[in-house]
Amino acid sequence: MQNGTAIEIKALKKIYENGFKALNGVNLEIRRGEIFALLGPNGAGKTTLINAVCGIVRPSSGTVAIGGYDNISQYRKARSLVGLVPQELSTDSFETVWNTVTFSRGLFGKANNPRHIEDVLKRLSLWDKKDEQIRHLSGGMKRRVMVAKALSHEPEILFLDEPTAGVDVELRKSMWAQVRSLRETGITIILTTHYIEEAQEMADRVGIINKGELILTEDKKTLMQKMGKRQMIFVLREQLTTIPSELGSYPLTLEKDDNGGKLILTYDAETENDISDVLDNLKSHGIRPKDIYSHQSSLEEIFIELVEVK
Amino acid sequence: MNIRGILAIYTFEMGRTLRTLGQSIASPVLSTVLYFIVFGSAIGSRMQAINGIPYGAFIVPGLIMLTVLGQSVSNASFGIYFPRFTGTIYEILSAPLSFVEIVLGYVGAAATKSVMIGVIVLLTACFFVPLHIAHPLWMAFFLIMTSITFSLLGFIIGIWADGFEKLQLIPLLVITPLTFLGGSFYSINMLPPFWYKVSLANPVVYLVSGFRWSFYEHGDVSLMTSVTMILTFTLACLIIIGWIFKTGYGLKK
Repeated sequence: MQNGTAIEIKALKKIYENGFKALNGVNLEIRRGEIFALLGPNGAGKTTLINAVCGIVRPSSGTVAIGGYDNISQYRKARSLVGLVPQELSTDSFETVWNTVTFSRGLFGKANNPRHIEDVLKRLSLWDKKDEQIRHLSGGMKRRVMVAKALSHEPEILFLDEPTAGVDVELRKSMWAQVRSLRETGITIILTTHYIEEAQEMADRVGIINKGELILTEDKKTLMQKMGKRQMIFVLREQLTTIPSELGSYPLTLEKDDNGGKLILTYDAETENDISDVLDNLKSHGIRPKDIYSHQSSLEEIFIELVEVK
Repeated sequence: MNIRGILAIYTFEMGRTLRTLGQSIASPVLSTVLYFIVFGSAIGSRMQAINGIPYGAFIVPGLIMLTVLGQSVSNASFGIYFPRFTGTIYEILSAPLSFVEIVLGYVGAAATKSVMIGVIVLLTACFFVPLHIAHPLWMAFFLIMTSITFSLLGFIIGIWADGFEKLQLIPLLVITPLTFLGGSFYSINMLPPFWYKVSLANPVVYLVSGFRWSFYEHGDVSLMTSVTMILTFTLACLIIIGWIFKTGYGLKK
């Protein structure tokens, strides 16, 4: 792949026969070697976008270049770079793990390479199941078989559409570890997920899609710095009726409850605040917090805010 | 051309056939034996020879065609419908395979199985009636072309069907009646003039006639008419499949 760009999507539109606009002019660049998380509510267009890139859905207009190859006019070269793990657990139930993974490699025109298949199965902890029929495997293992199939032809780009949907916490964390280890081998990974925690944990960059439009793409850390709110929460000993006017220069809000209530100082990452100064001021007005704690908004809160605003 | 991709589909499909080898062979062999017991021995012994061919021997080409047509359609339709049903079709569509390569893999495997079963039925028939094949190469041509053509038709049905009921609809309501009325068990020359003309509209007549000619040098229509008809039918199926892949009908949204 050239110039550090794995995938370049330009003005991609998909309007289904019933008139539903699944993608409305998506522009996106995926960098080589990164983990890119595509977030969006149900029906936002995540799967349609992946399917349009992989050749399963016909785009209405726009272009997709994979490793510099157009995914329609140069589909053979473009598709051979991509491995896809779809959201649904679609497997050939009566096939053995070994046969189904070997079959996938053959589809991509690669010569049989038992050593590579062995390596993939071992890496995904499936080696001892290689002769088992897929129908006898657990859901988590089936998901790993699908990853093994996608990796069988040594792709440079891997699409993971909801890789941990319906998977328990333990398995999800093991899947995360496997995704990270894949990235270490140089594979570019694009994942869609409902679990924002997953994106927060793994992604280098985040894209948020809603109603077929890409609302933003941003480096995860930058996004959290830009959009993330921080709060310093002062738990009060005694009820406070109003915030003293002298403290008006601070972005303080009062939250009342059955106990003493809370004073909340809200600021963003770029605002400098001297907490000891705030504390001194509170003390001088007779306000003595019994506890102090801080809160930083998660990617999930940022996501909800963005999607709701749009 | 992605030869390995074609071979992967072909081998995978043949593997599925081999897994169910017992039922794949037992069913057509049993039907053939039953037909020979009923039509060959019980009824056939009381029937006159047709064009000098004993009735038991006369029905052999028709019986083979009956099995081959049914097997070709069901193998190919199931072969492509099953991955659509389970969702594993995503892998075929996202692989660097052209549509021609996909068809070669699926239809090639379905046709191979049909030819194998056709040969098995032929060998089974040898136990019941003395057989003489006058033109083995023409016999092979008709057997292979019929298997390919009806596998193409099965592929179309497998793409068109959106449920297992539809998958059975065309074979039950169209293929079976056409085969039975296509001269499998009789010569259409035995029919009254009106029904003879109606029968000429049945494409299976030409297949059975050409196939029977390769055995006994006697058919209901001329050899070249049979050849032309089967090639026309193949072409028609290819045109429909070409349209399916051009539009993505049944495969791509």
